Amino acid sequence: MVAEYLQILGKNTRSGFTKLGRGTHFLFQTLSGIISVLPRPRLLLNQMYSVGVLSFLIITISGLFVGMVLGLQGYYILSDFGAEETLGVMVAASLVRELGPVVSALLFAGRAGSALTAEIGLMKATEQLSGMEMMAVDPINRIISPRFLAGFLSMPLLAALFSTVGIIGGQMVGSGLLGVDEGSYWSQMQAKLDFQDDIVNGVIKSIVFGFVTTWIALFEGYDSIPTSEGVSRATTRTVVNSAFSILGLDFILTALMFGDD
Amino acid sequence: MQQSNTLDTIVGLFVASGIAGLFFLALQVSNLSSFTEHDSYTVIARFQNSGGLKIKSPVSAAGVKIGQVSAITFDPKTYESVVRMSIDSKYNTLPDDTTASIFTAGLLGEQYVSLEPGGSDEYLRNEGKIEITQPAIILEKAIGQFLFKSAEEKK
Repeated sequence: MVAEYLQILGKNTRSGFTKLGRGTHFLFQTLSGIISVLPRPRLLLNQMYSVGVLSFLIITISGLFVGMVLGLQGYYILSDFGAEETLGVMVAASLVRELGPVVSALLFAGRAGSALTAEIGLMKATEQLSGMEMMAVDPINRIISPRFLAGFLSMPLLAALFSTVGIIGGQMVGSGLLGVDEGSYWSQMQAKLDFQDDIVNGVIKSIVFGFVTTWIALFEGYDSIPTSEGVSRATTRTVVNSAFSILGLDFILTALMFGDD
Repeated sequence: MQQSNTLDTIVGLFVASGIAGLFFLALQVSNLSSFTEHDSYTVIARFQNSGGLKIKSPVSAAGVKIGQVSAITFDPKTYESVVRMSIDSKYNTLPDDTTASIFTAGLLGEQYVSLEPGGSDEYLRNEGKIEITQPAIILEKAIGQFLFKSAEEKK
């Protein structure tokens, strides 16, 4: 009985490491495939459309609402201390440092990541990938690398849009609805937020999240069992694993970046 | 061709709006535009206690921000806190007998250095020293002294 459990445990541990190894191998192949994408910008452009442009709406609308909620909640708490004027600092700092990169990465994983996994999983299930190999076209160079580059480039842009729209949304609620002075909303924000510490670190976070999310989505699709059930499981795993990695990495990055002032 | 042209335009718009967002964050939200290091000069003041003063804390004169704290170090010989401040070179007519004090903005606000110009004809130069300083008021100390005093009065 015990031996059986140990066997299962060992098997699962080993298959987990094997998968991580395959994923790393896949990542290197994808990265080296990027060189072959550069002379064909059309491939990248098409993927920028389906990964970036199609995520635009969900990102901006969510950003607007998150900013508006921050404006409302922040106002109620800050007005208790008579510090409504610092609403801009609160909204901008929480968006630029945390919510912008994290929430847009989670949305990105749900919107674009799952689509990438399903697309590549179905390509595998319908034997399009093996068909390409038969025609001596490397599916990594032709299919995977352009998608990877597109996700990697789109994510920081989407996170920046999320924060921007959120800050404007917070300003709309704060000074439009609740009567915080518009001038102090912006000026306090500019005085407190630092370009290097806040903006650049937020962008670095979103670049890391874009890298990891796209990698997970593409690998899960490429590694999926080529059946309809296998593809559906791979899509679920993409969303779950992306969410875990984003939140875990966010903790590590925050500890590294904002640890000591 | 028409199809891919529209696609190009849409992707171009997306990238442009993303970059515009980054610019907005850099210029409108953060302090990148408000103060630059290169057109400034440094003055040094020694305080008995610099309290909660931090790097990048504001330096103001008559309530207007004219610079920021660039470094705070401890002098092991005199046991003083050495505060270096970079002042905007627009304001290069501070007399050399200017006093520096550390105040707190509001009851719980951040601490800042306030410069009060004296009457000398000589101006502070780059790396100039401010001789007369007033240390930060430590709230705990002040409350302690107050309690001690009121206890003595009751006797």
